[in-house]
Amino acid sequence: MFLTPLQTFIMILAIAAGTIVTRFLPFVLFPENKETPKFVMYLGRVLPTAMIGLLVVYCLKGVSVVTAPFGIPELIATVCIVVLHLWKRNVLISISVGTVVYMVLVQGVFC
Amino acid sequence: MNKRKPELVQAFKVAFPHTIPVLTGYFFLGVAYGVLMQSKGYNFIWAGLMSAIAFGGSMQYVAIALLTTAFNPVQACILSFMVNARHMFYGLSMQSKYKGMGKIKNFLIYVLSDETFAVAYTLEAPPNINRRYFFFAISFLDYMYWVISSIIGGILGNFISFNTKGLDFVLTALFVVLFVEQLTKKANWLSGAIGVIATLVSLTIFGQRNFIIPAMVIIVCMLFCVRHKYEGSVKNTDVIESTCKIETIDKILNERSAD
Repeated sequence: MFLTPLQTFIMILAIAAGTIVTRFLPFVLFPENKETPKFVMYLGRVLPTAMIGLLVVYCLKGVSVVTAPFGIPELIATVCIVVLHLWKRNVLISISVGTVVYMVLVQGVFC
Repeated sequence: MNKRKPELVQAFKVAFPHTIPVLTGYFFLGVAYGVLMQSKGYNFIWAGLMSAIAFGGSMQYVAIALLTTAFNPVQACILSFMVNARHMFYGLSMQSKYKGMGKIKNFLIYVLSDETFAVAYTLEAPPNINRRYFFFAISFLDYMYWVISSIIGGILGNFISFNTKGLDFVLTALFVVLFVEQLTKKANWLSGAIGVIATLVSLTIFGQRNFIIPAMVIIVCMLFCVRHKYEGSVKNTDVIESTCKIETIDKILNERSAD
């Protein structure tokens, strides 16, 4: 341990505080008992899909398309997931098959 | 009290399958986190405490570096806010979904992670299941997966040695699936495209370390630019359907609390 136990504990609380603010802020600003402004309602409706899109890109941010393996494992696995999901519509099958395909690719094919 | 318990158990049973992908991802990343903490001299108690109190995957990884440099809680707090700024948008998105949740609402907000948001947003409780218990079950399970996994990682330390390379892709897969699920509704195509394009643009301009907040700004600006498109389609698409759903749920909840 680099810090003392007390210092570590304070650090944990400080980090938690930053996170808590981000999570509670929208609910504090727009409480249930008051009418939610129209633009917030609008954002609440269109933001989720955009944010899930952001998370997909966020997960793939480290992929390089100019150096080997050029993001091919990610591309193959993602296409598998999309096709499988449109076909079977089973979340667990899509995710598990996609992940296994990816693991096989990075461990056995593109290593 | 007697009536509540089976209802809660039922909610957990129904919710559990939806959390399996998160369980897999959190187990892997949580154990890895515990191992890393241990390698820096912070044992499983510290890993567990950090996970239970701060509960935020990516920030906890960043925090490992902070725990091994000079003591600076103010900087840590600001950094944590920046890294997790995207959570503010989850809160905005869950406004109507978490309405009328009562006492457990604070807990639901406290543990609203990327994964819990994405899963909970795309789900609705089955009609015979208590809605509050259902969302509580999802949030609670996800939270426990993370906390327990990081403790396990801290205890096992370096004993684990099977080849897990690529297993972290499970969370990518989860988001891809949920994204596809969203795009099956035509009304979501535009905002989905905006989310991906804006983030790619931001990633190209600002690089891997600082792209999230600019991406959020670009997304909001673009969404406001296309606002008229949505307002035009409000009348006929599934928007009305979903507001109806929310109203019915509100009604049911009110009736329940009136009982």
